[in-house]
Amino acid sequence: MAAKTIISRPIYGTLSPQSGKHHLFIADAEGALAITDMARKAPPGFFDGAEINFIPGLEGKHIAALEALKPAQLHIAPSFASLLPRLKQTLTNAHMGLRLYLAGTEGLIGQAMQAALEAGIDHTSIETEHRGSLARRMQCVHCKGITENVTTQPALCSHCGLLLLVRDHYSRRLAAFQGVCINAEDRSEVPPMEEIFR
Amino acid sequence: MSTGTTKLNVVVSDVVPVNELVTRFHFRRRDGELLPTFSGGAHVVVEMRDGNRTRLNPYSLMGSPLDTREYTISVRRDDAGRGGSLFMHRQVKPGLEMVISYPVNLFSLDLRAKKHLMLAGGIGITPFMAQTSQLAGAGGNFELHYTCRTASLGTYADVLQQRYGNRVRLYHDDREERIDLDRLLSSQPLGTHLYVCGPAGMINWVRDRAAALGWPPETVHFEHFAAPQPGAPFDVTLAVSGKTIRVGEQQSLLEAIETAGVDPPYLCRGGVCGQCETNVISSDGKFIHNDHWLSEEDHRSGCKIMPCVSRFEGKSLVLER
Repeated sequence: MAAKTIISRPIYGTLSPQSGKHHLFIADAEGALAITDMARKAPPGFFDGAEINFIPGLEGKHIAALEALKPAQLHIAPSFASLLPRLKQTLTNAHMGLRLYLAGTEGLIGQAMQAALEAGIDHTSIETEHRGSLARRMQCVHCKGITENVTTQPALCSHCGLLLLVRDHYSRRLAAFQGVCINAEDRSEVPPMEEIFR
Repeated sequence: MSTGTTKLNVVVSDVVPVNELVTRFHFRRRDGELLPTFSGGAHVVVEMRDGNRTRLNPYSLMGSPLDTREYTISVRRDDAGRGGSLFMHRQVKPGLEMVISYPVNLFSLDLRAKKHLMLAGGIGITPFMAQTSQLAGAGGNFELHYTCRTASLGTYADVLQQRYGNRVRLYHDDREERIDLDRLLSSQPLGTHLYVCGPAGMINWVRDRAAALGWPPETVHFEHFAAPQPGAPFDVTLAVSGKTIRVGEQQSLLEAIETAGVDPPYLCRGGVCGQCETNVISSDGKFIHNDHWLSEEDHRSGCKIMPCVSRFEGKSLVLER
């Protein structure tokens, strides 16, 4: 569970059914369980107006549980990148009254929220629930490259190769945590790398 | 004491009757300088010195925020009110020196919105006069739906239609024209913000339908200055200052507290901003809450009151003032 350390570090809630007729869900891996848990609190007919976009990941679990909710649409995508064009199209054509629910890893929540912000949805209007991995999307402040699935502290920038301290400082605009060179004064000083974002 | 605002010494530069109920007042600074910048939706509190009585009423600024040579407000005459609007209509003439507060905006545009959907009822049109000027000057995307009783009481409807053409839609009560609200709210593009200003019943209706149709609360903005209602006189004990005061029939609780020499914070004097929120130490009777600030839970609890617009009926009331 994410703890509030500094003001920009996102914290996540528990999905709860909102009023309205159109509900758009985006989830990956164990995020599916946040949806099925929420479904127990949802009013009858809630999923008649729901579209679920699900990225099952390598283990490929939970698809049947989502099918059982009988949403108006269930779209399975192999990755967030492959889902993004569809998501952007949905948001472009959507009207006020659409409610957005994001569940799963921080990387997924952050990137889906980034697309939603561009479409004009305020981040406070989005239901979120963190489930699964704590792996981070990190932007190197030096070369600006983004490294996905960072689990260690410090972490290596996959673009410029600098050793970076992964901060809690988060950007909603970039959907990434900030990585800052940890040994800028003396590159020969290499602190031990621990796996902490599992 | 008005929180965070200073006073402006102004002179009435023009008084223009708009229709049988509404008159417009223009103010300029007495020293000839420009007035402070404001944004669409801002209001000023006008001090009305009427003999030995001073009333302080909030009015939305309706001029263009791009022009600060003068401020303009429009006042609807309320023959059954406490006399503020009657004072403005009968006694305020060009050349009169008056004092107004700095502008304060509790109903500002959210400029992140992709589109601004505005709903006005009656004299609730005034903040939208300023907001539409502001948006039009910056190429903003807006749509205004304006409900009035009759065409002749559609204050500024002609001006707005001339300025903005089919971006303004009028609904006349006497012609049985009604906003198809559910359809309107369901057909707005994502990223639209909703603004509503008008009678309390209209605001409640719009807020309820918007919530039911899935509009997040962050996207729904509203403003309704509740005028303090007259009522039966009642006695109040101010525990901190050790005074017992009587609130007169035509007086608000806030005005009575001020008359007793106690200076609580205030800003809008219309039950909107929350500045004058006051804790109740004890009470035996019934609260008449008229504000839009406290939650329903707060209203039920009897632990808080907004003295600018709310009253009390009963045996005793002790406030933390």
